[in-house]
Amino acid sequence: MKQILTGNEAAAIAAKLARVKVISAYPITPQTAIVEKLAEFVADGELEAEFMKVESEHSAMSACIGAAAAGARTFTATSSQGLMLMSEMLYIASGLRLPVVMANANRALSSPLNIWCDQQDSMAVRDSGWVQLYCEDNQEILDSILQAYRVAEELLLPVMVCFDGYILSHTAEPVDVPEQGEVDKFLPPYELPHPLDPERPVTMGPVGVPEYYQEIRCMLQEAVRVAEDKIAEIDRAFGRRFGRRYGLIERYRSDDAEVVLLTLGSLSGTARGLIDRYRKRGEKVGLVKLRVFRPFPFGELIDALGHAKAVAVLEKDVSLGSGGALFIDAAAAFIDVARRPLMLNFICGLGGRDVTQLDIREAIRVAGRAAETGVVRRAVRWLGLREKIVGLRPKL
Amino acid sequence: MTEQIPKEELLAPGHRACAGCGCVLAIRHVLKALGKNVIIACATGCMEVVTTPYPETSWRVPWIHAAFENAAAVASGVAAALKAMGKGGIKAVAIAGDGGTADIGLQALSGTVERGDNVLFICYDNEAYQNTGIQRSGATPFGAWTTTTPIGRVKRGEDRPKKDVPRIIAAHGAPYVATASIAYPLDLIKKLRKAAAVEGPTYVHVHASCVPGWRIDTSKSIEVAKLAVLTGAWMLYEIENGEFRLTFKPPKRRPIAEYLKLQGRFRHLTDGEIAEIQRMVDEQCKRFGIE
Ligand SMILES: Cc1ncc(C[n+]2csc(CCOP(=O)(O)OP(=O)(O)O)c2C)c(N)n1
Repeated sequence: MKQILTGNEAAAIAAKLARVKVISAYPITPQTAIVEKLAEFVADGELEAEFMKVESEHSAMSACIGAAAAGARTFTATSSQGLMLMSEMLYIASGLRLPVVMANANRALSSPLNIWCDQQDSMAVRDSGWVQLYCEDNQEILDSILQAYRVAEELLLPVMVCFDGYILSHTAEPVDVPEQGEVDKFLPPYELPHPLDPERPVTMGPVGVPEYYQEIRCMLQEAVRVAEDKIAEIDRAFGRRFGRRYGLIERYRSDDAEVVLLTLGSLSGTARGLIDRYRKRGEKVGLVKLRVFRPFPFGELIDALGHAKAVAVLEKDVSLGSGGALFIDAAAAFIDVARRPLMLNFICGLGGRDVTQLDIREAIRVAGRAAETGVVRRAVRWLGLREKIVGLRPKL
Repeated sequence: MTEQIPKEELLAPGHRACAGCGCVLAIRHVLKALGKNVIIACATGCMEVVTTPYPETSWRVPWIHAAFENAAAVASGVAAALKAMGKGGIKAVAIAGDGGTADIGLQALSGTVERGDNVLFICYDNEAYQNTGIQRSGATPFGAWTTTTPIGRVKRGEDRPKKDVPRIIAAHGAPYVATASIAYPLDLIKKLRKAAAVEGPTYVHVHASCVPGWRIDTSKSIEVAKLAVLTGAWMLYEIENGEFRLTFKPPKRRPIAEYLKLQGRFRHLTDGEIAEIQRMVDEQCKRFGIE
């Protein structure tokens, strides 16, 4: 049934549809409405779950770990500083191979304190062994959370569903909410193969001595890497049942494009409209939206971008001292590919700064010039800066 | 009561604890007292490290270790899962050292107790961060040497009294809080069983000696722990629904020097400093109703 939902509401409804058993979360803007909504569902008896009002995000994730290990489907949601406070436990959730699912409403990191959108928070934990999905709209948030449970539980990996704070979290859009019965058919009850159970005692989280640690980490890396196939498979199964599919990446008029934008999250929506206008004028500009950032879909990206003359990576994060996180990986994808596009990085939209069509035009203009001349003068640039910042000349 | 203590060992031998370790003894009693129907969340620290060198484990009950500061929160998650899944008869138990309890773990512990979660939290108190090589904790007693409270020309060991965690937890309104000692195993077991039987947050704080940390002889771990109680340096009590009750009154309190003299961590103390510690212990005992 179609409903008008904010991104936060879509996330909460998805968790309810997934019949989560334990919710453990702590308020932080712009995510708070998710847990408020879930608290209401529980209070009204619409959702039979334990709602844990923990005293911090660190404990929120710790409790998810305990609950998931004991065999309950768990959910949490956070943003920004909350995700940072959890970060120690993120590595532990994946190291213990626990299928926790989390919604992260993307928000900038302090300092200076800023409650508005960028993707620095989830990018800062990209190495933590969590699958990371980035959503473009509210429908995708709901659908991705349902898919996330299947992915998490089939692979024994935690999954983070990321969506832009305010831009999606607080914006209402029509969302098709599936029937509970259909969701139940798509998502079977949670069963951990080795739960904490007195009938069959297991030890979880031992000391990994040097003789074993590296192999255990390598197994985790393998698990995250091959998750690519599983995510695609589950996305197809979801598509068959609900009629919507997302893929690991989405190509939008990019197949014959000379200049291709590469984006994550809601930026893709802004770029899409612009692409149509360029196309109308006959200019070969296209878009590739990356949905799955971890595991990084190297193969699909090479396939989607390899033909382009220049790729402009637009992203709302920066690995300080280097470039954008997406740019670094996208550039690395072509390291041993003979035919490769020129790569340019545009850092934009930090801390809630609007990314306007003018900004994106500027990126396309710079990338277009690079495509013509075959030269990239500066790989990492910032879009939409109000002032010239002294010394801002990162060379890569 | 001894015949009620099961012979079965739920903590398998072969673990890597030091000879004479008082803490591993505490854990052994814990498992005997609680039996098999438990799920344990253990904090980082000696008891986690010595019992689980992968691929081995000493735990014959379900056990999880996540991090140093969150044993209480992990146990709360376990308790919530058990409740949500309708699994009765299984107790969620958190185990942490004094660092994982009094310092870095206090926030999570406070949350668990304040929320009324059905978790038994057990602190084994060896009075320092022993796992990382004897650094002081909030539970290190006044005057003790540790590697971060060294004996120098201007500073002479720990300069603050021990943090009173049991009463901090009692102040949360926990239905059952108790102190215990490895030197009084029957008392310890009784208190653990009482704590486990309560549906709600309970706390047992076990004083347990550490051979390398306290600089004692491997044969003296029980003797030293016992002297802590007999001198009044450590007291045995319970706080049940807010009611304080001493569970053991030392017949005639022995001088604190007898306790201090057995331990290398107090070797540097002068007669004057020992007299000062005696004064502190006397004052504390008076407050708790011990002569
Ligand atoms: C967040 C964090 N900080 C520091 C450490 C290092 N560390 C591991 S165990 C430990 C001390 C544990 O002390 P305590 O809780 O008293 O237990 P014990 O070692 O005495 O058994 C420390 C400082 C850690 N593992 N995690």
